[in-house]
Amino acid sequence: MKKLQKADYIKMYSFMLKIRRFEERAAQLYGMGKIGGFCHLYIGQEAVVVGILMTIDKNDSVVTTYRDHGHMIARGLDPKRIMAELTGREDGYSAGKGGSMHMFSKENNFYGGHGIVGAQVPIGTGIAFTHKYNGEKNICRTYIGDGAMNNGQVFEAFNLAALWKLPVLYIIENNKYGMGTSVDRAAAGLDLYKRGEAFGIPGEKVDGMNVFSVIEAADKAGKYVREGNGPYIIEVQTYRYRGHSMSDPAKYRTKEELDNYKQTDPIEIVKAEILKKKIATNDEIEKINKDTLEEIKNAAEFATNSPFPKDSELYTDVYL
Amino acid sequence: MPALSPTMTEGNLSKWLIKKGDTVKAGDLIAEIETDKATMEVEAVDEGVVLDLLFKEGEANIPVNKAIAIIGDPNEKVEVNKEAPIEKVIEEKKIEKNIETKIENKKADITDTPSPKIEEDRNLSSEEITMRQALRDTMAEEMRKDNKVFILGEEVAEYQGAYKVTQGLLQEFGKERVLDTPISEHGFTGLAVGAAFKGLRPILEFMTFNFSMQAIDQIINSAAKTLYMSGGQINCPIVFRGPNGAAAQVAAQHSQDFSSWYSQVPGLKVIAPSTPYNAKGLLRSAISDPNPVIFLENEILYGLKGPVNNDVNFSIPIGKANIEKEGKDLTIVTYSIMLQKSKEAALRLKEEYNLDAEIIDLQTLRPLDTETILNSVKKTNRLITVEESWPFGSVGSEIANIVQRDAFDYLDSPVIKVNSADVPMPYALSLEKLYLPQVDDIINAAKKVSYIK
Repeated sequence: MKKLQKADYIKMYSFMLKIRRFEERAAQLYGMGKIGGFCHLYIGQEAVVVGILMTIDKNDSVVTTYRDHGHMIARGLDPKRIMAELTGREDGYSAGKGGSMHMFSKENNFYGGHGIVGAQVPIGTGIAFTHKYNGEKNICRTYIGDGAMNNGQVFEAFNLAALWKLPVLYIIENNKYGMGTSVDRAAAGLDLYKRGEAFGIPGEKVDGMNVFSVIEAADKAGKYVREGNGPYIIEVQTYRYRGHSMSDPAKYRTKEELDNYKQTDPIEIVKAEILKKKIATNDEIEKINKDTLEEIKNAAEFATNSPFPKDSELYTDVYL
Repeated sequence: MPALSPTMTEGNLSKWLIKKGDTVKAGDLIAEIETDKATMEVEAVDEGVVLDLLFKEGEANIPVNKAIAIIGDPNEKVEVNKEAPIEKVIEEKKIEKNIETKIENKKADITDTPSPKIEEDRNLSSEEITMRQALRDTMAEEMRKDNKVFILGEEVAEYQGAYKVTQGLLQEFGKERVLDTPISEHGFTGLAVGAAFKGLRPILEFMTFNFSMQAIDQIINSAAKTLYMSGGQINCPIVFRGPNGAAAQVAAQHSQDFSSWYSQVPGLKVIAPSTPYNAKGLLRSAISDPNPVIFLENEILYGLKGPVNNDVNFSIPIGKANIEKEGKDLTIVTYSIMLQKSKEAALRLKEEYNLDAEIIDLQTLRPLDTETILNSVKKTNRLITVEESWPFGSVGSEIANIVQRDAFDYLDSPVIKVNSADVPMPYALSLEKLYLPQVDDIINAAKKVSYIK
């Protein structure tokens, strides 16, 4: 496994915290009517994307679902511009035309942000195809929700990726619910990571509440894919603290279940490790907390002050 | 000569596997025949002695149903005239009469008469090539120019294309750039869209556009919308091409026309070529375009021959209609295969009713060349639209809307649309003919807008 430096611990903690604070603020802005439409929060799942981030090369590509805010932050994108997209303003990453579910940053190899369940899987496979076609050593990390694992095009993509040995790492974020339907009510066979077996794609199940487990698995899987062996599947067991979207009261699960997961909060795990290893003091951590809060506050302020897109923008970007 | 595909009207005799005097049993291979789609082995149906081979190896363009060999009892005298016209052979073999209608309906071997404007093209080839060759050549030319152009689809590589449109591309460009896919439209379309997002320029062949429905989410939600959703960051330079609309007797699930479906979608460009000439110019524009382009070919037109411009940089701009024939009495707006029927109708309108029709071949359906249509209507004051799509919300519907809005005062009669019947495509030959717009339907519409009883 990748040897973690002291700075890595701080980086992980900061990113996870930044995602948490960002999402909390987004929920607040949603409640204030500043953010509209659908808004899917990542709270509880932070260890997944941050764990993967620790093994990523900046020239690797990423594509994910509509639960994408955390992914963008982990990609190093500016929270101000992410939040400005949520508020539908001209400084947003998609100039206010995409919204929460459709954000992109081509220069950072972040290819969305896709609103249709499962659609990002063939797309990520095609981006991986391009890396191979161009003779690049890069890989495409393609995130999949547990809900999409019952969607036909996912298996078509698996088949193509295995057939053509494409450098794609599939990361299933199993947060236990596809909207309000629990995995066991949707999937015949709960071992989602085994669903590539028929195509010869190796798979592995990982504890997604623990960032260190994610890093270990992602490191191994990433190497396998980068070496030209074809695709690999990691199923990350995680949990979202909030409902499917802002409008979901999450009545389909118990409070005990949620509290149980909160006992293994991914951010607390990293914090405990930092303190145990004496990488930082309580005061230093407190400073990170304060700075993060401040950064996100500024992002919210920026996003609510950025102008709405000009009316003339309605007809731009339809064709290049 | 056996019919070995729905659209085959003639075949080439590649090889005899028997010789005169051989005794053959039912099921023995007797010849290799090259069709419009592939080279196939043909088996004997009856047993007997090979009395005569009526064509030599290598002879081409032998009409379907023409006798190619005589197998029979050497003691019985059989006479078949090799030069007998096809009808006579059919009669001799006592095959159902309606085969004739079938062949007439297919018209695969028609030659395009280029419009006067195209004849002015100084680079026009003296040689006539088929639409499939024109498409193939253009893809090969663009693949030679740009390494990022590649082609994928079902049977495009080893099989050489289900309709031979990709013939020879695998041999020239190799399997990295000419990829056979599994029968997995949703998956490989999404994959190609992802590749285009990342900077490649895929040409995706649908064996027919009927199968694009499996992939339509990726075409519309991903390919067409992402430039907009990303605030102009991520474009999708991809061509979705393949035959659209009816072939011959392939019935409801393989005959749909998708022109109006795709033309409805902002973010897509939609092209429907009608001749080898414009197929070349338009496909080149489609491949070079930075946006997703739906390129609607027509299976029956693959055999259409005509001159082309062989300049490897020759292109026809997207969004520009062609005035195929000038006229003063009424305007016929059409595209794709209906151009040929409209031209035939125009000839008869002149001869039988002294009506001088102007024919506009749209070439591109989106963006629509409204200017050319409106200018024509302002001149002729009468308009009919002719297309293979279903009538509800068709391309003609939108044209009728635009013309009544922008040229209302110029119209001397209501606009009339000629479409396919508003039903799923039937299989029976007789019903299929009724379903599709025919020359008579166009003539009737032209008479109606001209108030001729």
